[in-house]
Amino acid sequence: MNTTKPYAEHFGTVLTRGLVVVVFNVVIGLGLALRNDNMVAQMVYAQAIGLSIWITIECARHAFKRDPRSNWPVGWRRYLLLVGGILVGYTMGTLIGDAFSGFSTWDLMLRQPRQTLGYLFLAFTMSAVITFFFHARGRGASLEQLAATAQRDASQAQLQLLSSQLEPHMLFNTLANLRVLIALDPPRAQEMLDHLVAFMRSTLTASRGMLHPLSAEFARLNDYLALMKIRMGERLVTEISLPEALSELAVPTLLLQPLVENAIKHGLEPKIDGGRLVVRAACEGADLVLTVRDTGVGISTVANDGTHFGVSQVHERLATLYGDAASFTLAPADGDEGGVLATVRIPLNQTA
Amino acid sequence: MNATALIAEDEPLLAAHLKAELARQWPELEIVASVGNGDAAVQQALALRPQVLFLDIRMPGLSGLEAAHALAEDWPDGSPFPLLVFVTAHDEYAIEAFERAAFDYVLKPATAERLAQTCSRLQDALRQRAQAPVQGNELDAAVAQLRGLLAQAPAAPAAPRLSVIQAGVGSTIHMVKVDEVLYFEAADKYVRVVTADHEHLIRLSLRELLPQLDPQRFWQIHRGTVVRADAVATAVRDESGKLTLSLREHADKLAVSRLYAHLFKAL
Repeated sequence: MNTTKPYAEHFGTVLTRGLVVVVFNVVIGLGLALRNDNMVAQMVYAQAIGLSIWITIECARHAFKRDPRSNWPVGWRRYLLLVGGILVGYTMGTLIGDAFSGFSTWDLMLRQPRQTLGYLFLAFTMSAVITFFFHARGRGASLEQLAATAQRDASQAQLQLLSSQLEPHMLFNTLANLRVLIALDPPRAQEMLDHLVAFMRSTLTASRGMLHPLSAEFARLNDYLALMKIRMGERLVTEISLPEALSELAVPTLLLQPLVENAIKHGLEPKIDGGRLVVRAACEGADLVLTVRDTGVGISTVANDGTHFGVSQVHERLATLYGDAASFTLAPADGDEGGVLATVRIPLNQTA
Repeated sequence: MNATALIAEDEPLLAAHLKAELARQWPELEIVASVGNGDAAVQQALALRPQVLFLDIRMPGLSGLEAAHALAEDWPDGSPFPLLVFVTAHDEYAIEAFERAAFDYVLKPATAERLAQTCSRLQDALRQRAQAPVQGNELDAAVAQLRGLLAQAPAAPAAPRLSVIQAGVGSTIHMVKVDEVLYFEAADKYVRVVTADHEHLIRLSLRELLPQLDPQRFWQIHRGTVVRADAVATAVRDESGKLTLSLREHADKLAVSRLYAHLFKAL
């Protein structure tokens, strides 16, 4: 993601990191000056070493293949970069400091090896801590960004789901039917309106809860099918079966909704004689099996007729919630009646 | 005034409502049939020859536009083409198209006022027709309107162009170069692919195939026929005005429907 940032923005983040390094260096320099009189020289050493390490790592980072999400090299290369960067940067910084102050750290080490090595060890550890701090902060920021992107994608999908369900053709046709019923058969009109309200409410609030009981899912399907039955008349025959024992199992909200919609929109509506739609919940071994079967025109040979959004929604939601444990298949249905069979399998132990 | 009409609407409540509303506003109008899909609409309209057609746009089988298209091709000469009223719940492109070309359109749910307007327009048009006996160019006018409508129907999403057609015969798949195809002809659920010396059947409808062909090279000349333009040798018009194509490399003759006759004009 950083790689696609505009140059100015990228430059800005680098500059910010540089400033943080300088501030760190000032603190270290002041700390060293407490023990040592030569404050200016200490400050120069601190800045030279700190900045050298930072610049070395910042530049060397580009030589590696980086994980686009964290912008750091992957695996052992990351640690090689950090340790190598500290070694190289520390040496360079020390040489710069020596050049400025006229000291020779090398000579000092030969004369007083223990004391110098102690210094070196302290400074080295300090550099390592700071470098790792940056490293962790960078990863944290990128993870945050990742989470934000995921959140945005989810909202996007939610919106798409909503607009696919409140598709104008469906809405206007339903309202047209409702208008006729108001004059013709007011009690039935009221019933239809109730179904429409329940259907729309569930669609609009589906984003809030991730799971609901299977009985709620079937109730929403019932609302939708009641609307479709008024519209399609005898062309639509439905069969819904939910065993009492399964009605409290938790399932993702509106999981079956897009499958039922597809079965009607792409299977039964285009078929001249219409047909049957069967929705079932059953237990098979350790799985909850939900099936949506229609006797419609079958899986279209035309590549893009709009079924993909609903189908990929189901795939994605199952994968997010259950990983590989759940599955979803869409296949031509067996038997003489033709049509399509959609099957969702969720492990029972995850539906409590 | 007395007149006959056919209603094609797949939603039973809406069909019943339209019927009831028409009965109230135009009691003399006889509804000769009420059907629920485009195929039945074409069949019944050809059999009963009503003067007015109320066609829903979205129906199972042929859509309202496709049904009108089919009727314009198959309508017998010498009998007045019905006045077309399209009915739609929500189709912005269609409304726009209707405003330019169709006799009338009605938005669902049809309000009494709007339908009254439609009825009086229809009555005027039918009265004019009765005064001036059937003119030969009446169907042509309807055809021109339909051509306008079809041109504005949203194009199918651009599909990649085919260069080779895979036609299965038993366990063998023949790879037929699209460049060698003389014409495609719809045959039930299949399409006949005709080349100079072979013929294949592929399991695809013409509607699915059409977007994958280069429209510059392959011309639709009939609801069920698409010809490679440079395979055509001559286009001959007979006394009754029917256009027939003969091909360079094949003895078959292809009929051009009225809807596509405008493609062949001498320079």
